Amino acid sequence: MNNNQALSLLEWLPMLTSELLLLPLLAGLCIATVAGPLGSFVVWRRMAYFGDTLAHSALLGVAFGVMLNLNLSLAMVAAGIVVSVLLWLMQRQTQIATDSLLGIISHSSLALGLVAVSLMAGSRVNLFGFLFGDLLAVGWQDLIIMAISCSLCLLLLLRYWRPLLMLSVDADLARVEGLPVERLRLLLMILMAATIALAMKVVGVLLITALLIIPAAAARRVTVSPEAMAFVASIIGAIAVTLGLLMSLIYDTPAGPSIVIMATACFVASIMIGAKRHGGV
Amino acid sequence: MNLVSLQNVAVTFGNRDILQSINVDIQAGEIATIIGPNGAGKSTLVKVITGLLAPTSGQVLRQPNLRVGYMPQQLRMDATMPMKVSRFLSLADPQRRNREAVFERLNLGHLRNSQMHNLSGGETQRVLLARAILRKPNLLVLDEPLQGVDVTGQAQLYRLIASLREELGCAIVMVSHDLHLVMAQTDSVICLNQHVCCHGKPESVSRHPEYLRLFGRQVADDIAVYTHHHDHDHDLHGDVVDSENHHHTGDHQGCRHE
Repeated sequence: MNNNQALSLLEWLPMLTSELLLLPLLAGLCIATVAGPLGSFVVWRRMAYFGDTLAHSALLGVAFGVMLNLNLSLAMVAAGIVVSVLLWLMQRQTQIATDSLLGIISHSSLALGLVAVSLMAGSRVNLFGFLFGDLLAVGWQDLIIMAISCSLCLLLLLRYWRPLLMLSVDADLARVEGLPVERLRLLLMILMAATIALAMKVVGVLLITALLIIPAAAARRVTVSPEAMAFVASIIGAIAVTLGLLMSLIYDTPAGPSIVIMATACFVASIMIGAKRHGGV
Repeated sequence: MNLVSLQNVAVTFGNRDILQSINVDIQAGEIATIIGPNGAGKSTLVKVITGLLAPTSGQVLRQPNLRVGYMPQQLRMDATMPMKVSRFLSLADPQRRNREAVFERLNLGHLRNSQMHNLSGGETQRVLLARAILRKPNLLVLDEPLQGVDVTGQAQLYRLIASLREELGCAIVMVSHDLHLVMAQTDSVICLNQHVCCHGKPESVSRHPEYLRLFGRQVADDIAVYTHHHDHDHDLHGDVVDSENHHHTGDHQGCRHE
């Protein structure tokens, strides 16, 4: 980076607090805060594929939302919750391998969603925005919905932290000790569905799981307790959102992918920090 | 009073019979050991006893207020979860004082700040045992507690388990492969091969024709000899130590061996 660019970065920084960018920034930070702990569960419980499936089916929700003329955010949350209950039921049966079934549901719902949206909405819906996020278009109403829903998700995560942690440590142990394992699983799925639907605006259908997984994976390298990992993941997510937004501003790149790139950069940095720490002793 | 009573229990997966017509009672304060060849359904039986698995048919009666402490064969915690031993145990009992007592009892103090994933097999087993104890169970269920523990540590762990019964006043059900140790420390043996082949005191089981058929006469004879000559034990370093729990040579006086 030459002097000119460094200077321009400094000039751009105050822009983040202008109203144009304040809303997207706050929205991104809301999501990053929830994505930290929730993404940690996704990593611990190896639910990345579930995340993809939920995200893809959210696009189906968009199609239904357009068709029935509903608020699209709510339509996505509703679709996500329906699919998460289906997935939960599916997970309870052990006869069919879940990964191939997930693959089928995930990609067919993506295809169906794409076709339905383009058929019905025509030019009314910004498809690119749903696929990769449309953070700069966040308005006050979106932000308020996000802030309320994210606080609700966070409160639920805090309230049920211990049982959810036990579930992730060992489901059998949790069950023997009398925890309602199935209900906890469902709670986690629904929280994921809700967060994913909300995060659609930020990074879009195709990149949502990245926002859940990458900060958590980066935090894993530098933490020694599950709580620290969840907390640091939120911080890393917030850094990625801020830097990604700046990058998008300066280089006129799409915001969603820029945020994911910044998260990945944090992950690479965490590997190096982790390696130094273990090698240096 | 039976803590758990299995009545005519059967478990089938698809069209495979895993367990058939199982009648087992676990009495308060007893140590019962489940033995049997691979694929005999030992782990399945443990799952039925703990309530992890509902039987396909038959009845499982549990004493009300039954508190089960469960030590699984292995912990399935994902390697991506950072977790110190002390935090892991605090999930079972948030009271620091209780944890410290168990650390002391199981000799785990030095592992307090270790990451769960860096523990050896034997250390993991002891931490899992500590966790089960913290639950203050009246039934302790151990699925292959000796897995990953080296030979010298096995006898020690087994003795520890036996002494826990007195301290906690609980019944213990365990799965074991090691016939030698089973015969030395247990009140009753359940010899399993999809059905209960034989069930009773170790010395009577070890002479039961079904048992001899399953494990072979050679093995059975070895054990008969072994239980009568075993008068010392080894600690973690392999040194010979005296064991106050090894009075069984006397208990076996009336036992005829071939």
